[in-house]
Formats: sequence, structure tokens, C-alpha cells
Amino acid sequence: MPKRTERLPMPTQPADERIENFEEVNLGFTADLAQAEAKRCIQCKKPKCVEGCPVNVKIPEFIAQIVEGEYVEAGRILKETNNLPAICGRVCPQEEQCEKLCILGKRGEPVAIGRLERFAADCEREQGGDMTVERPSRPGKVAIVGSGPAGLTCAADLAIRGFDVTMFEALHAPGGVLMYGIPEFRLPKQIVQTEVNYVLSLGVTLEKNVIIGRTLTIDDLFKQGFQAVFLGTGAGLPKFMNIPGENLNGVYSANEWLTRVNLMKAYDFPCWDTPVKPGSRVAVVGGGNVAMDAVRCARRLGAEKASIVYRRSRQEMPARAEEVEHAEHEGIEFHMLTNPLRVLGDDKGWVTGMECIRMELGEPDASGRRRPVPIEGSEFIMPVDIAVMALGTSPNPIVATTTTGLDTERWGGLIADETGLTSRPGVWAGGDAVTGAATVIEAMGAGKKAAEAIACYLETL
Amino acid sequence: MYRIRKRQDLSDIIKLLVVDAPLIAEKAEPGQFIILRVRDQGERIPLTIADFDREKGQITLVFQIVGLTTELLAQLEEGDSLLDLVGPLGQPAHLPESGRVACIAGGVGVAPLYPKAKALYQAGVEVITIIGARDKGLLVMTDMMDAVSTQMHLCTDDGSLGYHGFVSGRLQELLDAGEQFDEVVAIGPLPMMRATVEVTRPLGLKTWVSLNPIMVDGTGMCGACRVSVGDKTQFACVDGPMFDGHLVDFAEAMRRNQMYLPEEEKSLHHCRCRGGISHA
Repeated sequence: MPKRTERLPMPTQPADERIENFEEVNLGFTADLAQAEAKRCIQCKKPKCVEGCPVNVKIPEFIAQIVEGEYVEAGRILKETNNLPAICGRVCPQEEQCEKLCILGKRGEPVAIGRLERFAADCEREQGGDMTVERPSRPGKVAIVGSGPAGLTCAADLAIRGFDVTMFEALHAPGGVLMYGIPEFRLPKQIVQTEVNYVLSLGVTLEKNVIIGRTLTIDDLFKQGFQAVFLGTGAGLPKFMNIPGENLNGVYSANEWLTRVNLMKAYDFPCWDTPVKPGSRVAVVGGGNVAMDAVRCARRLGAEKASIVYRRSRQEMPARAEEVEHAEHEGIEFHMLTNPLRVLGDDKGWVTGMECIRMELGEPDASGRRRPVPIEGSEFIMPVDIAVMALGTSPNPIVATTTTGLDTERWGGLIADETGLTSRPGVWAGGDAVTGAATVIEAMGAGKKAAEAIACYLETL
Repeated sequence: MYRIRKRQDLSDIIKLLVVDAPLIAEKAEPGQFIILRVRDQGERIPLTIADFDREKGQITLVFQIVGLTTELLAQLEEGDSLLDLVGPLGQPAHLPESGRVACIAGGVGVAPLYPKAKALYQAGVEVITIIGARDKGLLVMTDMMDAVSTQMHLCTDDGSLGYHGFVSGRLQELLDAGEQFDEVVAIGPLPMMRATVEVTRPLGLKTWVSLNPIMVDGTGMCGACRVSVGDKTQFACVDGPMFDGHLVDFAEAMRRNQMYLPEEEKSLHHCRCRGGISHA
């Protein structure tokens, strides 16, 4: 039987229903769909897909187990190299990584590796029960700063090797961006909790409500007997446009908007105590995944008009194609080649609109993308009652400014070598804190590399 | 963790808690604050560290009941614990080590004023304290302040105790009488701080204020607490909470603080309906 050249689509919640709730949009493969898709994999001897994965998931092996109907086993193979597979199966940009290199992609569509990963991880999570892994106990005490994707991965890998690991989290809940940033409808918090619990079950100690650099310093950690430190502090600082009117009531950073909605569950106000202003005409400025998350939250909170305002064109938008498509189905409007000049307000200081200017694309800039140039005289006013700035984030300076000997880039990123080692002996770093805002899986890859380097280092002590 | 060791009613609506928080007590400096949560679905609210005892590993919090979270906080008893407590947050106050400083507070602003006055006094600075409230029942921590002040001036809006009028009025009187100050620290409701900086502005007298805007994370992540200081936008949580009062845009700060008033009302009502609040 000739193989299909097309991959099987992900079942989703219908768009007109899902804009009324915060439940997951993607429903996941059924066993039948998973089987059919898994059979498309030709089990390459030298699988390219694995090279495309920052944590080198054993892709052909786990897919073969799905074909065999051994779903829990497939999930366990995932966990051999990826401690958070149910998360990666949902939020990884597979089309840019493993799937991009899939050989089937040359003649048709690549195997839907991400959808299969999610399926196997969910089966393992739901049916796998407790995995009792015999762990060696080795001397060596490690502090992990931040419990986002980088920190969780580094902590888990070191705990599996038998080291004594403590993870410090500044907020009241672990998970970092997985908790405060990515919305429930893309990554249910229950799943984050389960994956975090798995990491804790490996013997990792979690200390919430501790800000390294404030509550304790890196020096304190070494004094307390920690022999190595991993900084996975993320890129949590919001950027604003620095245009007039940005401090009017009703202008949010995407970080604030998403933290209120996701971490503090403002969509369930007043059952949860933290409010958010839902808005009826919401404009989200930016073109990345965070902008998509923010605008889709706005729609679900009840905005009649929820728009993306982006200064370049659709082609240059950094958001994942799937997210853009989902947003379109949900009735999100896209104002491309449009840039806000100022935010307008009423006499009480509330946002009433944004003055914008049309843009056109000029010569390529430093990012290789064509530079947007304003078209003179094309100014217009967009009526808006809530504006959300999703312009990217930069690393939080709290650790860098309170630790001696830790070198940073001018834009705030921690300087680290390819193993994650910083300029300070015994201190590694990885994820957005080093690279600036990037992806969950790249942060996990960095956490993994650092864990290896830290393990080697501890053995030399 | 975060167990309440002592609870005291300073007035009907102002309460004092002493809480176990050894790590925070170890690092706290005057001017810094904490963020706490009382219950699982609860908000994160900032409160100034009114006092700290490194040896006992305890911090003191003083708050006025203004909304749901402070209502719930007021219901906790000695032996109960806070759900979450994180800090110390913000920049420590830059305080002079000599000279003469006017320390001025309105209402519950006396709580954040106290650690600064105490540090100044212990450093040998002459501390001229002016504290005021609506009426004498709301004048709190007067004994504590007295112990760290060279001179004390009490004021009430209704004249029920001390000077009849606002603290800014009392300050003006002292200045008119020829009193000299090297710096002023003024903490309280935004209108009180605004009135105070207008008294000192013509004299070019350095005046520090401490802002208490709406915050979510308190670590510079959300920007809810942004405030215009001079021509710059600053985050009160990491750049403040103390700023040069002559540069603060008080009108903006006031309207930003009122952003969620309808929601706060709704929140309180919702909780009362479900029996979540026992008194009030």
C-alpha cells in the first residue's frame, strides 16, 4: 500500500465554541489517528529528525512503539531524553526542528512528530503510573534558579544522576513561563503541574517564593553548601514602545496581561481574586507567539474586536504558523504594516484609541528581514479600549546585578559558553536568560547541556 | 512557614502582624517591601516591611483594610500562616547619615515611614516627625514613632488630636517658623504626598516619597507598577518604591491606582455572598 503523502490533521475544538472558553484548542490524536500517522514514519537508519531536536528525542524508536500499540512505552522512551514531553508535544515549534528535517518532507508532508509526541506523552501520563527508577546517590549539591523549562530540565537530569538538587522559584507556583506566559488553551496548567510533579518525584526539592539576588544571593547559596548553580531565570522583563500615552489606564505589557490571565486566572474572576480589564476593542502590538497568545486571550475574555497590530508583513511574523491560523479562525483581525505612534486617552486617563501609521518594507535590516519604513501622511486612528504591548522581553537583571563576577551582554543576557558555564566558576546558565526570548525546547536543550557539564564538574570536586 | 506570631489591632481598620520570615528578615533594609497571598485563589499584594528583627527571624507588617485581600488578612489569627510571602523587594532607601530630616506620614503611611525614621535616628540624624490621620482613632504607631524621633508633631484632619489640619500644613508652619531640614521623607496616600511635595518644591528641599502602586509579580516582570518620574517611566517594584517626590507624576499615579476600583468592589461583594468574610 503506498504511503500517504499528507499528514493527519490535529482534531481541534471548533473555533466558535473555543472562543467562549479557555479549554484546550487542540484535542490530541485518538489511538487510531496516532497509529495511522505513526505508520507513515519510514524508520530511517540515520534519522535526521533526531538531529533537529535540541534534546535529541529518540524519535523513530518512540514512533515504532506507537505502531506496536505500546503507547506507554512510547512515552517512556520520550522521557529518556525529554523530561517534559507532554509540554513539548504542545508548544514546540516542530515545523522548525525535527519535522523540518523529516525525509518525507521532501516529497510531501513530514511525519506529524509533535502530534505523536503529545499522544505518547499523554498516554504515559494518564496510564503509565509511577515510574520507580532506581537512582544512585552521588555527592554533590546543586541549586537551580528558576523553575521554567531550562531549570526543570537541568534539575531533572541532575536528580536522575543522583545529585542533591534544590530548585528556587521567585513566584508562588513553579513552571516559569509555562505557568505565567502560555495560556491554558494551549498548555493546560494541570499538565504543567503533572510534569513538575514528575521532576519533583525524581527527588528535586522545590523552594517557592525565593528570589535569588534578593532573598538569597548566589554567594549565600555557595555558603549554604551548594557546589554548583544553574541560572534559568528566563527573560521576564517587558519592553514598551516608549511612545506617548503608554501609561494610560488600559495599556498592558503582554507579560502583565498574560500573568493576570494565566497565573492568576483572571478569566475566572471573581472566583479568583485577580481582575483584568477585558476590553471590547483590544489591540495587541507585536507579531510573535506571545502576541498571538495575548490576542486570543482577549477574544476569549469577550472582546468583540481583537486585533494584531504589526509593523512588518505577515511573512516576517515570528509567530508559529499554527498559532496564526488558529487566531484567524477565531476571528482575530490582522493589521499588518501598521505601527502605533501614540496611545490616545479620554479626560479620565483611559485608552480610547491608537494613532497608527502605515508602513512599507524597505531594504533588509540586521535581522535579515526587510525593514519597515513609515509611509508619510498615512496616519490614522484605530479605536481601542485596551492596548497590549507584546514587543518582546529581556532578561531580568536581578541576579546579574547582585552577583559579582557574572558577565552580561549589553542587552542584559548572561554570557555563557556552549556548556552554559558563565564567567563565574561553579555557575552555569541557560535558556532565555542567556539567549533572550526563544523557545521552550531550546531552553530545555540548554538545561540539559548544563546538567551534563555540572555533573562532570561535580565529579572532579 | 510564614507563621503569624503576633497580631494587634492598631485601630478598627489598621492591623499589625509579626510574621516568621527568617530569610526576609535577614536581608530586609528600610524601604523594602514584600508580596503576600492569603489564599489559593488570592491576589498578590505588596506591603512595606514596617520592621524586621534579624535575630528572631521576624518581620512586621502593618496594613489597612481596603479590599478583599486585606479583609482576609485581617481575619488571620496568631498561629495561622500566610500562604505565600516573598521578599525583600525594591530598593533600600538612600538615607542621610547626619543632619536633620523631617519624617512625615499620613494614615497608614506611618508603617512604611517607621523603618526609615528608625534607621535615621539610629544613625544619629535629628528626626522631626509629623504624623497625621483623619481622626485620633486612626493615628497609629505613635509610641513606636516617638521612640525614634527627636520631635513629634501629631495632626488630625478633624482636630480631635494635635494640630488641626493636614501634615503638609504642619510642615508649612514649621518651615515658616524658620525650621531647617536637609531632607524630607513623606509617605502616605497620594494626595498627602502630593500636597507635601508642593510645600517643599519652592524651597528646593529634597523630598522622598514611597509609592504603592498596583503590582502583580513585584520583580519587574509585569510593569503594572509603572510610574512617570521626570521624563522616565520607572517600575516602582524594582526601581522604587522610593522616588524623588518633585519628579513624580502624581496625577498619573492616582488614576492608575484607581484602575480596578469597580473590580475590587465586585470581588468583596462576591466573597461576602459566599460567606468568605465573617465580619465587616
